[in-house]
Amino acid sequence: MSTKSNLWGVLAQYENPHAIYKACEQVRDAGYEQWDACVPFPVHGLDKAMGLKASKLPWIVLTMGIFGSAFMVLFESWAMGSAYPIIVGGKPLFSLPAFVPVWYEATVLFSCVTAFFSNWILNGLPRPHHPAFGSKAFERVTDDKFFIMVEATDPKFDLEKTKALLQGAGATLVEELEP
Amino acid sequence: MITGTADTLPDDPKIRGDVVLPDPTHGREALVRGTHDFHSITEMVCRVNEAPLKATPKPFLFGLALAASLLAMFGGYIGYLLWEGPGIWGNNNPVGWAWDIVNFVFWVGIGHAGTLISAILYLFRQKWRTSINRYAEAMTIFAVIAASSCVALHTGRVWMDYYLFPLPNQMGLWPNFRSPLEWDVFAVNTYFLVSLLFWFTGLVPDFATLRDRATVRWRQVFYGALSLGWRGSMRHWVTYEKAYQILAAFSAPLVLSVHTIVSFDFAVSQLPGWHTTIFPPYFVAGAVFSGFAMVQTLMIPARHWLGLKDLVTAKHIENINKIILVTGSLVGYAYAMEFFVAAYSGNDYEGFTFLNRMGGPYWWAYWTMISCNVLTPQLFWFRKIRTSATWSFVLAFFVNIGMWFERFVITVTSLHRDALVSSWDYFVPVTEIFYLLGTFGLFFTLFLLFIRFFPVIAISEVKSVMPQANPHWEGYEHGEHHAAATASAGGH
Repeated sequence: MSTKSNLWGVLAQYENPHAIYKACEQVRDAGYEQWDACVPFPVHGLDKAMGLKASKLPWIVLTMGIFGSAFMVLFESWAMGSAYPIIVGGKPLFSLPAFVPVWYEATVLFSCVTAFFSNWILNGLPRPHHPAFGSKAFERVTDDKFFIMVEATDPKFDLEKTKALLQGAGATLVEELEP
Repeated sequence: MITGTADTLPDDPKIRGDVVLPDPTHGREALVRGTHDFHSITEMVCRVNEAPLKATPKPFLFGLALAASLLAMFGGYIGYLLWEGPGIWGNNNPVGWAWDIVNFVFWVGIGHAGTLISAILYLFRQKWRTSINRYAEAMTIFAVIAASSCVALHTGRVWMDYYLFPLPNQMGLWPNFRSPLEWDVFAVNTYFLVSLLFWFTGLVPDFATLRDRATVRWRQVFYGALSLGWRGSMRHWVTYEKAYQILAAFSAPLVLSVHTIVSFDFAVSQLPGWHTTIFPPYFVAGAVFSGFAMVQTLMIPARHWLGLKDLVTAKHIENINKIILVTGSLVGYAYAMEFFVAAYSGNDYEGFTFLNRMGGPYWWAYWTMISCNVLTPQLFWFRKIRTSATWSFVLAFFVNIGMWFERFVITVTSLHRDALVSSWDYFVPVTEIFYLLGTFGLFFTLFLLFIRFFPVIAISEVKSVMPQANPHWEGYEHGEHHAAATASAGGH
């Protein structure tokens, strides 16, 4: 564990996608769990280099999409056929083909709203503050610099060893982060 | 990505983007011109937003003032409309639908290009879309707002508009889900909301860029709030990209469905000239056609004034013009097919309606439509014309005019000759021109504010399609062997 009490983790800066890709492979292979890479754009294949699992998001969207779809076709049938039955245009009360457009749009609506909110909720955003924001160098993360941060709570974390690992992987800058 | 001709490009970024390169013999043309790294892309795009408020260019302020005064006029016009009712329009019996619906369909159609670029081209891995998708999406959203203002105000008793939505009410009555007009409510509202969510999702990483670069307090707060604390975490990107893909995958059929449903407003009725099965594909092609014309109209001046020619190059203009050519030809085919079907059906009313379009009292609208929509885009067969910014701007302008007239022709000429000669009438607009100008004011006010405060290019997406974004790019492998100073200095 950490030697300093007021230590959140270590931040290391890399200069390009290639460097961070190689560094992530090393951190992954060293067996770290609580660490992250921050990049200005999704670097192709970096999720594999970090050993990340696929996102759960599609399953949530599928569930809510099916729910929304089923809800709308049932609602339309109930509203048109049972709640206030009126014959319009000579169509039967349960006129499924005429229900399709709204049914379809509702499916899209439920799925997309779910995808939108799940994305932020699963990612723990909005989160106004993060320890990395304390670093001046980290302001370039949304521009052209690439970062790895390892949290002090990681069982493998050792300030000197972790720093040496990140440095050895080609970091151009290594900083300690406070919470 | 191989570019054999990039060496011959001039150094001046003002003209570099306009150079037309010969098609490479293999591989594709580089998407970004000039020697840009990630940082210079950020600089190029953010410069537009980061100019101090007092240093806003005068022509921009003039444009904004003009658009805002049109918007203010629109506000007054809406008040007048609410006070007097739709009697201030020239609508009569039988022409119950006129400019209100014409403007609505015109604006909704324009929106479709944005979604096509952001969704369909994304799913087809068309990487050139990254430098035009942001403002095409913005255009979509503002166009749908303009469209909604037309359709929400045309109902007559505007305060009853909540009946359009399935809300529990005092009569225990639900909207008629079998009606195309109700389908339209769902289609347009879903379209607006999904486009907005999609647009915002794409904007968040770029808002974070502006936040991290902000030097003034209000910018830090403004972009800080909008960026939701985005920090580019790869763990976030994984979920984010999945969400983005799903939004794209749903938006793609949404593009087709929305204008299909708009066409149902006409096609499900029994009116000759409207009641045709060709309407859905014909409307979708027309929507994409008009939308891409509007993209050209907005993009060509913007890339010039904002200094973005390295990102939006002659290649982009050419690609868009090719889509305009294809969809324009589809629209021309649909016009011809309508006549064929009317003749082939042997139905007198159908035949009369179409002959009346061509030679009746609204012949001028029909021929404006044909010359702008069918003849104009055919000029894009010439490479000189379709790669020229000036030509593209002028021709796209004609397409915009033509597509407004298309909706006028469909709506008004089909209605003004009713089944009985005694009910025939001629529609003349009264105050409608202010309605149309007002929607333009609304659209351009929003669009100019967007250009000033939001990143007009998807910064992170453009970076991700640059060759050096690939961790296995040959430049890095090369640098590794020769221990280049920039790449992985500590090496292994």
